[in-house]
Amino acid sequence: MAVEKILQVKDLNISFHTFAGEVKAIRGISFDLFKGETLAIVGESGSGKSVTTKSIMRLLPEHNSKIKSGEILFNNTDLTKLSDKQMQKIRGHDISMIFQDPMTSLNPTMKIGNQIMEPLIKHQKMSKSAAKERAVELLKLVGIPKAELRVDQYPHQFSGGMRQRVVIAIALACNPQILIADEPTTALDVTIQAQILELMKDLQKKIDTSIIFITHDLGVVANVADRVAVMYGGKIVEIGTADEIFYNPKHPYTWGLISSMPDLETNDEELYSIPGTPPDLLAPPKGDAFAPRNPYAMKIDLEQEPPFFKVSETHYAATWLLHPDAPKVEPPEAVKRRQSQFPGGKEGK
Amino acid sequence: MVKYILQRFVYMIITLFIVVSVTFFLMKLIPGTPFNSWEKLSETQRHILLVKYGFDQPVPVQYAHYIMNMFKGDLGVSFQFNNTPVTELIAQRLGPSAILGAQAMIIGAVLGILLGVVAALKQNTWVDYFATFIAVIGKSIPSFVFAGLLQFYIAVKLGWLPVMFWNGPSYTILPTIALAMFPISIAARFMRTEMVEVLGSDYITLAKAKGASYWQISVKHALRNALIPVITVMGPLAVSLMTGSLVIENIFGIPGIGNQFVQSIMVNDYPVIMGTSILFAALFVFIILVVDILYGIIDPRIRIQGGKG
Amino acid sequence: MLNKEQVISKDMFAPAHIDPSKSEVIAKPSLNFWQDSWLRVRKNKGAVISLVAIVLLLILAFVGPSITPYKFDYQNTDNHDLPPRVQGLENIHWLPFDGTLTNKAGISYNAYEIRHVKQYYWFGTDELGRDIFARTWKGTQVSLFIAFMAALVDMVIGVAYGAISGYVGGKVDSIMQRIMEIIIGIPNLIVVVLMILVLKPGIIPIIIAITLTSWTSMARVVRAQVLKYKNQEFVLAAKTLGASNGSIIFKHMIPNMFGIIIINTMFSIPNAIFFEAFLSFIGLGLQEPNASLGTLVNEGYKSMRAYPYQMITPSIMIALIMICFNLVADGLRDALDPKMRD
Repeated sequence: MAVEKILQVKDLNISFHTFAGEVKAIRGISFDLFKGETLAIVGESGSGKSVTTKSIMRLLPEHNSKIKSGEILFNNTDLTKLSDKQMQKIRGHDISMIFQDPMTSLNPTMKIGNQIMEPLIKHQKMSKSAAKERAVELLKLVGIPKAELRVDQYPHQFSGGMRQRVVIAIALACNPQILIADEPTTALDVTIQAQILELMKDLQKKIDTSIIFITHDLGVVANVADRVAVMYGGKIVEIGTADEIFYNPKHPYTWGLISSMPDLETNDEELYSIPGTPPDLLAPPKGDAFAPRNPYAMKIDLEQEPPFFKVSETHYAATWLLHPDAPKVEPPEAVKRRQSQFPGGKEGK
Repeated sequence: MVKYILQRFVYMIITLFIVVSVTFFLMKLIPGTPFNSWEKLSETQRHILLVKYGFDQPVPVQYAHYIMNMFKGDLGVSFQFNNTPVTELIAQRLGPSAILGAQAMIIGAVLGILLGVVAALKQNTWVDYFATFIAVIGKSIPSFVFAGLLQFYIAVKLGWLPVMFWNGPSYTILPTIALAMFPISIAARFMRTEMVEVLGSDYITLAKAKGASYWQISVKHALRNALIPVITVMGPLAVSLMTGSLVIENIFGIPGIGNQFVQSIMVNDYPVIMGTSILFAALFVFIILVVDILYGIIDPRIRIQGGKG
Repeated sequence: MLNKEQVISKDMFAPAHIDPSKSEVIAKPSLNFWQDSWLRVRKNKGAVISLVAIVLLLILAFVGPSITPYKFDYQNTDNHDLPPRVQGLENIHWLPFDGTLTNKAGISYNAYEIRHVKQYYWFGTDELGRDIFARTWKGTQVSLFIAFMAALVDMVIGVAYGAISGYVGGKVDSIMQRIMEIIIGIPNLIVVVLMILVLKPGIIPIIIAITLTSWTSMARVVRAQVLKYKNQEFVLAAKTLGASNGSIIFKHMIPNMFGIIIINTMFSIPNAIFFEAFLSFIGLGLQEPNASLGTLVNEGYKSMRAYPYQMITPSIMIALIMICFNLVADGLRDALDPKMRD
């Protein structure tokens, strides 16, 4: 089942230089993206999800951010070493990105059609008329009715959900290999959310693109993800298939996340919230960043950062609880319940 | 859109009307008559003049006459220049002022916008500080102070350019520079602020994510959006040029409307004061209307919704 | 990352008793709005320097005229048109304080020696032999006074008009807005000039003339803010608790607008100074022997060729004041108004 790796992030370290000092936003993350899959990155605000994906696109502000070390391998090139001009060829063409707020993502004074045509003309060297035809096609593809008419309209004439569809159309115009979606449905109504997610899954099949999906909403993850990476404090704390993460999580933070998500079987007393606030990355803690909020913390969590422990071929968690010397602990009720529902063994999909 | 224009047009007329009326009554409030300063007039001569110019009639009647005449295109005759119709006087003087104003406006706008764009693109570098410095100076040093200094250092001491009068293109250089400083600084300041805000917006990041180049982003995307609010400032800016030109014309001895206005104030030549005031007010209101319409044309969000009040 | 040499002993796996509530502690001291803004203003070096400069200027404006032995309106026609001379600096010839003038032939001569003048005039004298140092500071006093008063009246009228118009809304607002539009439609210039013509030049008429049209910018801004706040919930909350309209406007809304009000007021000061100077230049300013910076520039301009220092000194003063106020206003705006922040 050797599926091709499209993207390899290796030991990425990113810092921001602020008035107060150096904020170590990403402290050594590694992950791969396989062809045709959807990888979800979950985490709280400040965990580093957006920074990670923006760094893949090299969209971080140059004057105060720095990729301190690590590699981002795509098509045998290290993206961290490319110049901005070289990146421009990749952006919108091989790797595309869509953002959270559809109301502000589009240029208010430019016609929708022109905004879609821009990458087509630039990357695929299409003529204006060919590009316009393709733009209309794309609008139809993402489900905009009366596409021929609407291609000449302005963003303010579209609703939020429709604007997000247009944004998707722009992103997929050149059939990119990777689509990065940074919380694309967070700003939308729940019903529209569902529509957009369906659209994305549909398009993914048609175009065979790989998707990195950032979200803090576990419900969305369950809907779209093949694999999930959980981030905390600038590091990935657990990574595995969607089933493994939902039904057999091993990291206390993931336990917290899963427990705080009510489902049909939750009784009143159980609803759990993780106390405290994310760590200050100006002075990252010595050991496990999650330790101060972790009811299962051990002394070693305060001293040393846990490495990844293997749970299965596809499932890894960075918690000292998986060390052979660690005591056996009982995860919270909600998690135990799910573990009992775990569809078959340790092997994921 | 048409309805909007009509509405604004009506306002324009009302405003002008009020300006004329207010100006008229204010003029009447000034004690004395213009003939007080003329020596060697006997009482009868004075009386004859008063009757001729209608000063003996009650103020409301004078007002009515003035308005009626105004509609006929007759703004009265100047007191200083012995029966030259005000309209003629104004027409004579309009040329130099218009040229000066247009030059200053264009240079001011273009340079200012350029400066602002560059400052925003190179934010927080020495280019930015330099541009901001110029903007502050331009705004802070009153145009006439600047004019005086320019005149002194460049024309008198260095002799590079003529000191005053209006006898050819080289005569327009110093006055234009002096007049343009204010527009440059306002345009630059505004442009920079708008540009910085636009550059930070989501759609610019998206444009980058599409692979757009630096120039495409700066000009095609950012500039267009940033320019819109700046245009709305241009209107009042053009008007302030009219103010500034008064003194500049005085200093540089330019035979323009501004100079004439100042003169007429000194000698209480009411018809000319009135006529010029009306002209200024009309220009002002007209420019604001034009800018508003322009704004509506350029910003599609407003255009399609049919304008706002 | 794991240090492979470090041995992990079994006892390290004992539970660490974490008090999760400790992680809810807020690490930085909490600042109120003003403290936060002041920190921001402090970072803007231009604004801070200007603030210091303004304070210095204010002090000098009051103290200045008394430093020299000559009253600002004391005429000594024998000593007319003398260039600046300062004791101690008079031998440094590249500074303009050595008492020399350059005549038309380009030769510089010491005016004091030639005319046997013993006194020292730090900024020189004008054509009537009055000490320019004293006159400059007196002029600064007057100009600043006019500017502050105009700004104050601006603020009071503008805030009141804008707040009422925005708060009451409906027809009243419409009418008030139309009136304001018409006032704005009349060029400032015309109003100012006509006012002075009618009222005759003087400090009070000038203040009135300036404020007649400049209150509109404050009114507009205040009204926009009031409209924004009217629909916000803290107003609704206050109403529900029985607050009167007056107290809602003055105790709730206006304190939230202090930032904008201050900013606008700061900007109207240089405006007023400009207008006053402008009026003087066209002859509608203060009359002799009163001095304001505008009249000084005007007088100085007449003798510009022969005695340039007479115009340059008040010009520099005006420019300095306006630059400082503009910088401070800019700095305040950057610090206080998040929307307008760069």
